Amino acid sequence: MSKVLNIRMPLSDAAVETMTAGTQVLLSGVIYTARDAAHKRLCELIARGEKLPFDLNGGALYFVGPSPARPGRVIGSAGPTTSYRMDAYSPTLMEHAGLKAMIGKGNRSRAVVDAMIRYKCVYLAAAGGAAALIAKCITACEVVCYEDLGPEAVHRLEVKDLPLIVAIDCHGRNLYENPEIQ
Amino acid sequence: MRIIQFNDIVNAVATLCLKAAYDLPPDVMGGMKDARARERSERGCAFLDQCIENANIAAAERMPICQDTGFAVYFIEMGEDVRVGGGSIYDAVNAGTARGYTEGYLRKSIVTDPLFKRRNTGDNTPAVIHLELVPGDRLSILLAPKGGGSENMSALKMFPPSAGREGVVEFVVDAVTRAGGNPCPPTIVGVGIGGTFEKVAYLAKKALLRPLGQPHPEELYAALERELLEKINASNVGPQGLGGDTTALAVHIEYFPCHIASLPVAVNLNCHAARHDRVVL
Repeated sequence: MSKVLNIRMPLSDAAVETMTAGTQVLLSGVIYTARDAAHKRLCELIARGEKLPFDLNGGALYFVGPSPARPGRVIGSAGPTTSYRMDAYSPTLMEHAGLKAMIGKGNRSRAVVDAMIRYKCVYLAAAGGAAALIAKCITACEVVCYEDLGPEAVHRLEVKDLPLIVAIDCHGRNLYENPEIQ
Repeated sequence: MRIIQFNDIVNAVATLCLKAAYDLPPDVMGGMKDARARERSERGCAFLDQCIENANIAAAERMPICQDTGFAVYFIEMGEDVRVGGGSIYDAVNAGTARGYTEGYLRKSIVTDPLFKRRNTGDNTPAVIHLELVPGDRLSILLAPKGGGSENMSALKMFPPSAGREGVVEFVVDAVTRAGGNPCPPTIVGVGIGGTFEKVAYLAKKALLRPLGQPHPEELYAALERELLEKINASNVGPQGLGGDTTALAVHIEYFPCHIASLPVAVNLNCHAARHDRVVL
């Protein structure tokens, strides 16, 4: 638990390599939100050979559906949702859209971990349920697409020092399966 | 006969939605602090500290503790001598839910039909309403907003009676362990035993509402709660699923008589943001 890495978006393969399982990360820069329904639409676009509505190359997806912002606030509460529901879609986004980091909570499938190794992607755990605390690290928020999905719309977030833990690294080391990794 | 006006129920329910979303109940906060004091994992301690700080921020800034402000699940005890003036109790509770979730900047997480359209209803209705008739002229409304992540980790099995105590222990511990980090541990584990298929699920949910850590009044069931909690916390799932001593804050069991052929068991998990609040009219 000693190492803390300051990481800035977007990510190169070299930056992904530095994020080893168990490392604490303070993430800054632009990330995008997406949950189940948005993932489904993004993968349908890829299947039809169409362009995505935003650039995910070297980018990160945060699995979150924030609560609405009060007037004068950037965002409402914004903690992670459970990640396994995105397992069916994540490998496609790594292969075809250049996805380099995923932020969520809970373990991932073997197929996702294999894709993370193949395409050099990292999986970061945010503090599930600490949603008001996490919102403090979000400095800007705007809807990018799929506004009709309400809380499931894709938002572009600017984050500063978002506290995360590398839960699964790009070599397949997995903190959920080996919590003793330091 | 006592008449309670429709609008008074709407107002009370709307206020209840806000309080439940922003304020972690004191028993849950106490349980988190006790767990923090016992936890030996450094990572687990850091996470529990974050959760405690998060609850303080949410209360002070009137922000939802968790962005998933849940399905609005109500347990209502309605006195036999109460009548709602100007509408039905169901309509009043749904109208209060819509107002609370809209005015309180709470997330709307309900979609129309589950399989085809999945269109957001826009105001977090309909609510799930469990209505019980009781003696008297009071109306007690308990709201337990339920997040999707922990609800998805529920389990139910219709055992034969031969499975016995051992079968129940194995099933519950397995359900919590397999859920891993998904339901936002440390969780509160609600266990229903007995009744029928639908009754046992209701019991498991209702068990979550007991004040945190208050043991079952019957010693045989209280001992079973202690054994389950000890085994669950020996699993090393830990806070956030990243290892440690605190996988659950408490195990609560509720039971009901059952058929000679059956031993139904249900597990319903609540995340550490175990929100609930009650109003009595």
